[in-house]
Amino acid sequence: MSDAPTPPPSPAHQPASLPAITDAERAELRRHGILLTSLQELYTWGNSHSVWPLNFGLACCAIEMIAASMAKFDIARFGSEVFRPSPRQADLLIVSGTVTKKMAPQVVRLWNQMPEPKYCIAMGACAISGGPFKQGYNVLKGIDRFIPVDIYIPGCPPRPEALLHGLVQLQEKIKGFTIKGPDAPRHLQKADAGEYPVPEFGARDLEPPHNPAVWSAPTLVRAEKS
Amino acid sequence: MNPELLTPGGANVRAVHDAFHGDLLEVSMGPHHPSTHGVFRMIVTLDGERIVKLKPVFGYLHRNHEKLGETVSYLGSMPYTDRLDYLSAMTNNWAYAIAVEKLAGQPVPERAEYVRVILAELTRLLNHTCLAGFLMQDCGCSGTPLMYAFREREKILDLFESLSGSRMMCNYQRFGGCRVDPTPAWVDATRTLVGNYGAFLDEFEALLTGNEIIMARTQGVGVLSAALAINAGVTGPMLRATGVASDLRKSDAYGVYPRFQFRVPLGAHGDVYDRYMVRVLEMRESIRILEQALAGLPGGPIMDPKAKLRGFRPKAGEAYGRIEGPKGEIGFYLVSDGGPNPLRYRVRPPSFINLTVLEDMCLGQTVADAVIILGSVDIVLGEVDR
Repeated sequence: MSDAPTPPPSPAHQPASLPAITDAERAELRRHGILLTSLQELYTWGNSHSVWPLNFGLACCAIEMIAASMAKFDIARFGSEVFRPSPRQADLLIVSGTVTKKMAPQVVRLWNQMPEPKYCIAMGACAISGGPFKQGYNVLKGIDRFIPVDIYIPGCPPRPEALLHGLVQLQEKIKGFTIKGPDAPRHLQKADAGEYPVPEFGARDLEPPHNPAVWSAPTLVRAEKS
Repeated sequence: MNPELLTPGGANVRAVHDAFHGDLLEVSMGPHHPSTHGVFRMIVTLDGERIVKLKPVFGYLHRNHEKLGETVSYLGSMPYTDRLDYLSAMTNNWAYAIAVEKLAGQPVPERAEYVRVILAELTRLLNHTCLAGFLMQDCGCSGTPLMYAFREREKILDLFESLSGSRMMCNYQRFGGCRVDPTPAWVDATRTLVGNYGAFLDEFEALLTGNEIIMARTQGVGVLSAALAINAGVTGPMLRATGVASDLRKSDAYGVYPRFQFRVPLGAHGDVYDRYMVRVLEMRESIRILEQALAGLPGGPIMDPKAKLRGFRPKAGEAYGRIEGPKGEIGFYLVSDGGPNPLRYRVRPPSFINLTVLEDMCLGQTVADAVIILGSVDIVLGEVDR
């Protein structure tokens, strides 16, 4: 009889660590007709291949967005051909063109009306930063001042191929999400704001001029003199 | 609600109807509405299904085009004109180039004039084809006509891209000529496209023009009288659909248009169907112009050798240049004080002025008709709000 303490019994239903399955083993199983997956993979796979955009055109880029949904470029190959006129049925807000200060409250309101999970693509120079019209007194210098943007597509306007590339990048981003933890998408995190404050078209500028929760002015770093 | 309206057996339907009869409903269509071709907003007051008042709200795409035009150089405004009416960049470029050339007294070589005519007529084909597709989308033919239209649009855009480097925003015209000389291969490709375009129009018209549903939907809808159209300053296919023979290509005879044989199609009723028909017939005439221009394309320089691009400062004065764009008279008014920037830069946007008669066309129509009436005006918000 030894007086050494007995190790605590490990819970049978929860092994200490799951044996990792390699991609080669999974491919081998798939070859035998066995599909092995996790809830997370199933969730992100379904999410990423049925991204329905909102039928919402702002300016020049909207024409290229329509062109991307037509026969030559055929956005249907990526599961996004269903352009929904109502924000309640849409997953993706493509901000396709210049957002003016008069239009910005409506864009934020549309974003608030979309159900989670939802994504935003800033298409074109104007939606990213104001683009060629940045000097204008009525032009918002980037929609990311009010709503979180997932993918930025540069160009004036971006070609339809660029929009498709942006969509594929978004799908890759969605596939990288986990259901729990810090990599979880925005709507599964407790700190998610849910509603984004809608700015008002004030006398001089939008009030507030940006949403501090999603955007802050970049700090200027001056190079030290040598 | 009057409690007498509720009878013991339930609501008295006739009494409720009488009590609310004549009550008006205000509907805000836009700025996000699939039918408004962008961010246009209409506040429509309805009596039942009929429109009794329509108030347009502009400015959702006001990008300060004219103010920016005063802060950049003359040539610097050329890319901005692309973004006015973003379906027809080439004609915007041409109208602006004509205004500056008038201001500076700059001649244009013959080859460039021919190339400008070719590009303007290609733009007209592009614009009218897309408009017909969008109009049919508004009528409820979801998909097919727009798919056909965009298929042809891509072919024209390929030509624009191979010539200017960009699909939509061509930035091609310069003061005193064009930026790039078209190669013989480009001219051949254009000839092939023009040769095939008639067959496409036959296919398109077989689908739409004699279609009973479209005729029932569009004939007699949104009638605009010739007198009102003239008084409101309406131009382009909308004016010609009312039966007024007015085409700047004939009356101004700018460029080399007097050398070509073509007719100006006119409508008779001024309704949505006539506006569609005038545009289709205009495309047929554009094909005739293109065939003649491609056959007679002369050699020589594409730019005037004495044209000055850098340090361009026209003498003090003012000029108004206009052409017949696909949507109507597009004009640029410039005032110079001898500096590198215009002192005043003003655009005459055809679709904005055509839009001013929207309420007159919509009164008494149903709300579903307002959608196709707006579609037949052919607006592009970049130009309406500037």
